[in-house]
Amino acid sequence: MTDATANSPQPKSSLLTVSPRVKQRNAAEARFKMYGIAAVMTGLVFLVILLATILFNGVGAFQQTFIEVPVYLDAAKLDKKGERNIDDIKKVSTFGYTPLIENAIFAAVEENVDNNPLTASKETKALISASAAAQVRDVVIANPEMIGETVDFRILAASRVDGYLKGRVTRDSIARDKNIDAVHLDIVDQLRAKGIVKREFNWAFITGADASESRPEQAGMGVSMLGSLFMMLVVLVLSLPIGVAASIYLEEFAPQNKWTDLIEVNISNLAAVPSIVFGILGLAVFIQFAGLPQSAPLVGGLVLTLMTLPTIIISTRASLKSVPPSIRDAALGLGASKMQSVFHHVLPLAMPGILTGTIIGLAQALGETAPLLLIGMVGYIASNYPTGPIAGFMDPNSAMPAQIYEWAKRADPAYYERAWGGIIILLVFLITMNIIAIILRRRFERRW
Amino acid sequence: MYDNPNLERKVAQQDTKISARNVQVFYGDTHAIKDVNIEIPSRTVTAFIGPSGCGKSTFLRCLNRMNDTIDICRVEGDIDLDGENIYDKRVDPVQLRAKVGMVFQKPNPFPKSIYDNIAYGPRIHGLAKNKADLDEIVEKALRRGAIWNEVKDRLHAPGTGLSGGQQQRLCIARAVATEPEVLLMDEPCSALDPIATSQVEELIDELRDQYSVVIVTHSMQQAARVSQKTAFFHLGNLVEYGDTGQIFTNPQDSRTESYITGRIG
Repeated sequence: MTDATANSPQPKSSLLTVSPRVKQRNAAEARFKMYGIAAVMTGLVFLVILLATILFNGVGAFQQTFIEVPVYLDAAKLDKKGERNIDDIKKVSTFGYTPLIENAIFAAVEENVDNNPLTASKETKALISASAAAQVRDVVIANPEMIGETVDFRILAASRVDGYLKGRVTRDSIARDKNIDAVHLDIVDQLRAKGIVKREFNWAFITGADASESRPEQAGMGVSMLGSLFMMLVVLVLSLPIGVAASIYLEEFAPQNKWTDLIEVNISNLAAVPSIVFGILGLAVFIQFAGLPQSAPLVGGLVLTLMTLPTIIISTRASLKSVPPSIRDAALGLGASKMQSVFHHVLPLAMPGILTGTIIGLAQALGETAPLLLIGMVGYIASNYPTGPIAGFMDPNSAMPAQIYEWAKRADPAYYERAWGGIIILLVFLITMNIIAIILRRRFERRW
Repeated sequence: MYDNPNLERKVAQQDTKISARNVQVFYGDTHAIKDVNIEIPSRTVTAFIGPSGCGKSTFLRCLNRMNDTIDICRVEGDIDLDGENIYDKRVDPVQLRAKVGMVFQKPNPFPKSIYDNIAYGPRIHGLAKNKADLDEIVEKALRRGAIWNEVKDRLHAPGTGLSGGQQQRLCIARAVATEPEVLLMDEPCSALDPIATSQVEELIDELRDQYSVVIVTHSMQQAARVSQKTAFFHLGNLVEYGDTGQIFTNPQDSRTESYITGRIG
């Protein structure tokens, strides 16, 4: 007002020319928009780089090199008594099978490679995985009638051979490698040309168990995926009812006093507590005090439940709060009890928010590694499938993120590739869960 | 009971349905209602008028204990419904609210079907023995809410899909479906256009046959049109209470006169 009176004889301004003040404001607005777009673009670029790196590094883990050869299952070696008694067959260890496989590979090399550089069948050892013998033995034990026949097998190639096909291993890089020679790579080239050495989709990476440090070609995520599944079951079964019940009580029933204030502050604080703290709590309470088994998905699930609860409580309370009070008034005004008004009207309206919060909480728990470190799930070699549902909860196991961490710290570069591949699987799970959350929210969303 | 409606109504009008004595309401430290005494007769429309923030809605919400849901709200004094103190320790507010229904300022149908909106009250109070019974209650309530003809073909469409005026009549029908004795209405027409308002006003007039209706309104014309008794509230005090004709034509208190003639408010 004072400005206007101070410069009272103002020249009449035209609407067609932009005044300097307006020009300045428009410029400021344009600059702000630019900053915003720049920020969003930077974020997007990093996301694209991240996804591209993960895919580039990890996609190799989904392919594996196999050698297809007919193996003669020599009855004289595998069943000396000739009675086909399954107990006798089981007595032959993998050492009995190794020479048969080596002979088979040697024969294939002899047949397909010009001037076979190998002098003895033992030298083919560098081409095949250490797990090949066990693979053949399992098939024979399942089908004892095969003994004495020649059967086609798809044998896992050694990780060096696999790496050579994927470009990870080169003639230079194996110069000081005791496990493989350039000769072997020549053989692989020729066998590949003949279609005996092949790269195929690696189902075993998704369904298989972890392997020892020396055989990365055999390692898979399957068992730790089950570990994660059992943990998520524990988290879901515990945190959803406890979290929702606690939020309903705090939001709808609890009186407003210093005790509920204290609880509220603490729940918000718990959501920000580093997850490793929950891990050490789980170690002290569930393992050392309650005596639950180490490395068990049950304990992992309990720890992750503690971690997920604040997330679920906060999101549930937010969605309860967003239900308009007029709905509660309407129900109470009709003579509904508090509980009826909450369960008949408020909760159904809050459901999409609660479900979304729960799924996001579960997704968070699924990717959590640090608390598992302290209860022994990181570092456990998940090489056996659980024998049943109870064993699934109680027997030691790993979890997906723990498995990735474990692979990433192993020395063999073949494991590096597996770690990236594991990240792809984990991301697929997380994206699936988020999509489910979005679909549920859409499906249940109602207007009022 | 309805053999001689005129006689019945005359008798009933002398009955006191609700009587409030020395009612004080506090919101935390704020003294919102100061020493209100009022006797509300049965089968009458009683209007509460007054400027914004004068406490008329607060007092209305005392009559079915909706203020109980507000933590910081404290009510003192006695309010009797048919001679029973509704603030007695033994009274369950849930039971009270079944007898004293309420319609709110903003139409607030449940996000369910029209049928379920009406049927909800009878269901939780166990008023219907079977499906046919319930159908009948729903139809009766919708007819009494003067909305039956508009919705009878789409009882299972969502109640939130109706227009504002229809929603408010649906809410009134919902309130009468539980067979209350008193119906409290908190500015029921403030969100409605003139046509919907006149429909609701007609409805209120019809409801007078069976219920005591207490209506809070900002519109003095509306109070004059629908009510037989009017109470004027100002700054938490009940300034004047009497027959509507007398309040609007011959107010006793200068504040009432100022408000009615538009000098305060």
